[in-house]
Amino acid sequence: MSERTLYDKVWDRHAVTELPTGQTQLFVGLHLIHEVTSPQAFGMLRERDIDVAYPDRTHATVDHIVPTADQSRPYGDDAAEEMMSELEENVREAGIDFSDPTTGDQGIVHVVGPEQGLTQPGMTVVCGDSHTATHGAFGALAFGIGTSQIRDVLATGSIAMEKQQVRKIEVTGELGRGVEAKDVILAIIRKLGTDGGVGYVYEYAGDAVEELGMEGRMSICNMSIEGGARAGYVNPDETTYDWLRDTDAFEDDPEEFGRLKPYWESVRSEDDAAYDDIVMIDGGALEPMVTWGTTPGQGIGISEPIPAPEDLPESERDTARRAQEHMRVAPGDRMDGYEIDVAFLGSCTNARLADLRRAARIVTGREVHSDVRAMLVPGSQRVQAAAEAEGLQDVFTEAGFEWRNAGCSMCLGMNEDQLEGDEACASSSNRNFVGRQGSKDGRTVLMNPRMVAAAALKGTVTDVREIEEREVPTA
Amino acid sequence: MSADGTDDATDADADGPVETVEHVPGTGVPIRGNDIDTDQIIPARFMKVVTFDGLGQFSFFDQRFDDDDQPKEHPMNEERFQEASVMAVNANFGCGSSREHAPQALQRWGIDALVGESFAEIFAGNCLALGIPTVTASGEAVADLQEYVEDNPDATIDVDVAAETVGYGDRAIEVAVDDAQRTALVDGEWDTTALMRSNAGVVDELARELPYVDE
Repeated sequence: MSERTLYDKVWDRHAVTELPTGQTQLFVGLHLIHEVTSPQAFGMLRERDIDVAYPDRTHATVDHIVPTADQSRPYGDDAAEEMMSELEENVREAGIDFSDPTTGDQGIVHVVGPEQGLTQPGMTVVCGDSHTATHGAFGALAFGIGTSQIRDVLATGSIAMEKQQVRKIEVTGELGRGVEAKDVILAIIRKLGTDGGVGYVYEYAGDAVEELGMEGRMSICNMSIEGGARAGYVNPDETTYDWLRDTDAFEDDPEEFGRLKPYWESVRSEDDAAYDDIVMIDGGALEPMVTWGTTPGQGIGISEPIPAPEDLPESERDTARRAQEHMRVAPGDRMDGYEIDVAFLGSCTNARLADLRRAARIVTGREVHSDVRAMLVPGSQRVQAAAEAEGLQDVFTEAGFEWRNAGCSMCLGMNEDQLEGDEACASSSNRNFVGRQGSKDGRTVLMNPRMVAAAALKGTVTDVREIEEREVPTA
Repeated sequence: MSADGTDDATDADADGPVETVEHVPGTGVPIRGNDIDTDQIIPARFMKVVTFDGLGQFSFFDQRFDDDDQPKEHPMNEERFQEASVMAVNANFGCGSSREHAPQALQRWGIDALVGESFAEIFAGNCLALGIPTVTASGEAVADLQEYVEDNPDATIDVDVAAETVGYGDRAIEVAVDDAQRTALVDGEWDTTALMRSNAGVVDELARELPYVDE
């Protein structure tokens, strides 16, 4: 068993008691909720006549169903309107803060928490969404939960969990040109498999991770679940504290920042911490990654050939065959040159300001290919406002991107933003499952935001390293 | 900050009935393939609802129906599997999102237990919250079971959570059940809300000790 890791320390600080099942009752420091997975939980509370135990430790936003074009109420989609109304009523009744679209603070739940400073090191964070692992980038212990567990958290401020093992993933070296956090996590999932993380929490470490800004660390932690790990984290450091210092939580309260910092420091994994497993990845050897299949583990470097199913481990062959049929690719082909119809720059993985800025360096002064529908969906209203203030909106719209409002959008196609028919999409999101982007024949190719920008310009998947980056004119 | 409900927190009855799930007998349905994700089990467009009612009909919808909503070839569309309550699946079943809509849809379709090579964690946890066991066996054992179910759609498959076996025909194969899952189901302690509410006082105390929680 692991010892003296951040995971062990945060777990111990939050362990309430051992339950008769052998599970631990764990206190939840931050409960984030959204419109899709919470209404049934509020319904269950009502049925049992139970109040929300810790409304002050709960924060809501709306993201999955929110339209990204016309956001006037009532929403055009009756079902979306009903979900929004239900959330509004639930948070009002319980007295829960709600970053709704009228506040200017709305956005994807995993963008909103970190940018408001709600997410902090040494906290336990849960949300009814599997990408909650994102918050681990701050040295929080964060995981996705189901609706019955949301009910538990609302009712008791705690959750029943079994302790997991800790695998340290050390990414060494310096990432090469055009290579980003997204490529690191896609490479990790490729190496360890989509179920390699089951039973584990991932600790991401090493020079290549420590060099990343918070946005990059979030992109990596975000996709822990795609590798089967329910949680992933990075030990907090000065990069983390610099981010926090400027958030709502601390910008006017340096004293509180100073008071909490020793706690944040104290939860870092010790140098002599014991891990259940350690995996090394040579970050310097990575190139931009793209997926060729229908699971996030089916990824390759942009210059690599698509593998033949018979060359893969036996357990992966059937899935690979079906994936290649769906994607209409053949072993030996390269993804470079794969025609796309849609470019989607968005999602909780890659729609923060730093992501938009990097993509803008590719897009500026160039034009989206005439056969491509390109969409940029900022992760939050704040990201959107900041991007607009520095002129990024103009860069993208002049190139031919649609500039949308914040939400989950085409990552999972729960609003109007969906693939049609068998369209192929270069996507900065996290899942390439069949049907994920709203059309069961749709084809998703996952990649980093600059690669999406490059694909949008060229009309095919392409190696972004062949496109010269440009300074973005500032507004 | 406050923790409501401390007064009646020891009254477990008020929080719902306690049920035990020692074993689940029923006929089977085989769903083959590794990495079957929750987007396949319940496509996101069917999640635009505020209750779980009526989700059963949308289980595996895109695998079961074509663009014109006409049934396609799929075990769950076959007459002989309509009464099935035990689903036999392969590896990493339920990977992807945390949507409890997935096990809710399967349960509403009629599934009360799953036997598979492995399950994604959040999915298994969601199943447990609904009292659905997710027991695991080797790939070979699962393949045998799937074949048996295919040939004997009317035969009873007995998922014995307490004994950690799955019995069918004249066979009883050993399966693995996660310790906490077995205890929870067999002792009827899978309704964690009631269980945890009884500790409300301790939760409050612990919270006050955390540096980031305001008094």
